[in-house]
Amino acid sequence: MAGVTPERARPRPLSPHLQIYRPQINMVMSIVHRITGVGLYVGSLLLAWWLFAAATSPSYFEFVNGLFATWPGMIILVGFSWALIHHALGGLRHFLWDTGAGLDIGTVDLLSWGSIVLSVLLTAGLWLYIACERGWVQ
Amino acid sequence: MAMTTPLKRARGLGSAHEGPGHFVKQRVTAAANLILFAFALGLLVALAGADLATVKASLAHPLVAVALIALIVSMTVHMRIGMQVVIEDYVHGGTKALLLLANTFFAAAIAVVSIFAVLKLSFGG
Repeated sequence: MAGVTPERARPRPLSPHLQIYRPQINMVMSIVHRITGVGLYVGSLLLAWWLFAAATSPSYFEFVNGLFATWPGMIILVGFSWALIHHALGGLRHFLWDTGAGLDIGTVDLLSWGSIVLSVLLTAGLWLYIACERGWVQ
Repeated sequence: MAMTTPLKRARGLGSAHEGPGHFVKQRVTAAANLILFAFALGLLVALAGADLATVKASLAHPLVAVALIALIVSMTVHMRIGMQVVIEDYVHGGTKALLLLANTFFAAAIAVVSIFAVLKLSFGG
């Protein structure tokens, strides 16, 4: 309860924080996990909006679908899907770590690199599939 | 020196009475999200850009609607307690209480709006 502690003559020592450490892949992926989580939190508005539009009227649904189909809309959807995939992979990593396994440095680094590389590959694969299915690419 | 009795400690509630429950809830909803989002992502990819009649026809199947509602519940619980941790980490004092309130309202609003929309679409309204 930092809020109720009276001012000390000498501030309590703080543990070294972000600006002290050289960035390492596991710490970067931990931060990205939190950022994608916050991004998905905001992005839940997209799903709610799409469902709300569908439940409102055909013309409003068409309007919202049209917005999603614009270039900025597509970029947001690609970003949303990447954030979802990265956050899901990060969650799987945490499930593994919760069992106490995979906590040696080699495995931690491998899983951290794996989550960024795999998330980009899976997102690319997803959108390639969508592009082929919709006939955007021949 | 801990002033708690061994029984109290064994119940695992800690000083805030909710830490371990929070930890477990985050993981239970994470597991549910993994399964339900795998389904929902496939559904959304198939329905993105489709007309309203197609969307209604898909959501008319009870299993589709039930899976979506389960996802919405699991997702909004997960994101509410996740954002709660972020707020508690970075914000202190009176602002914290306000943001925690806003966080609950936001998650609840997403849940209520989305569930109502799924129900309406599923029932063909």
